[in-house]
Amino acid sequence: MTIGLGHYLTVGAILFTIGIFGIFLNRKNVIIILMSIELILLAVNVNLVAFSAFLGDLVGQVYALLVLTVAAAEAAIGLAILVAYYRNRGSIAVEDINLMKG
Amino acid sequence: MLFPALFFYLFAGVCISAAIMVIAARNPVHSVLFLILAFVNAAALFILLGAEFLAMILIIVYVGAVLVLFLFVVMMLDVDFAELRQGFLQYLPIGAFLGAILLIELVLVLVGWTIGPNAQQMVAAPIPPAASALNAQALGHVLYTRYVYFFQAAGVVLLVAMVGAIVLTLRHKPHVKRQNIAEQIARTKANAIEIVKVRPGQGL
Repeated sequence: MTIGLGHYLTVGAILFTIGIFGIFLNRKNVIIILMSIELILLAVNVNLVAFSAFLGDLVGQVYALLVLTVAAAEAAIGLAILVAYYRNRGSIAVEDINLMKG
Repeated sequence: MLFPALFFYLFAGVCISAAIMVIAARNPVHSVLFLILAFVNAAALFILLGAEFLAMILIIVYVGAVLVLFLFVVMMLDVDFAELRQGFLQYLPIGAFLGAILLIELVLVLVGWTIGPNAQQMVAAPIPPAASALNAQALGHVLYTRYVYFFQAAGVVLLVAMVGAIVLTLRHKPHVKRQNIAEQIARTKANAIEIVKVRPGQGL
């Protein structure tokens, strides 16, 4: 009953799938979509750290640190955009965000 | 030998169930709290893997800063979240379908995959034995020497994110009086004082 690399990769894969599923499930709520993105990045970090530990290579942890930095920056900018958008439109529903007709 | 496995299943199970509750909870505040639970358990998994520094960073930076920021924004915006949940079940089939396909693909990758024979020779920065250096020490030795440019790039990313967040959310209300230092300094005697000659008996 030893825990190998495959166990951690399975946890990462399940977390990644839950994140993708959450984006589809909560298509109207931007905040939950941002949280799902955080879950996806967490899954990536679990994968990186698991490979780093089982291959005996520290570079994976360095990379996970950079992923954490970028995720923190992304969350801050995303929430700032959300607040600015709410001030202008009074709503955060995703289907109302069609000003640019994209 | 048994306890690490037991703890792995405990932390992994709680982490995954909390992640499911993040996307299934009705109230976004509950979602944020479940996300905190998921991150704390992921940090515990990191400790099991021997990456203590990243585990502490995850708790301090993520739970302490980012998720509290989420909590602030969720509570600050006055949004009818029940309305946003409409159509939840409408997207369930396609979401479940795509999620299942993705999970099957990932599992297939996991099953049919092995570590290459020369992977051990390609290790760039081997983890020193736990007796000679702690995880944070070893990480610092690598991060501040070979990967110092990456480290500084991470700092620039954080700086730009900070400036961007402030620029996006700062606003000046028009009716609030503010101190204008340039205007105060530019004031001279000539444009501040007016000398009026008043004739006696006439007044102004």
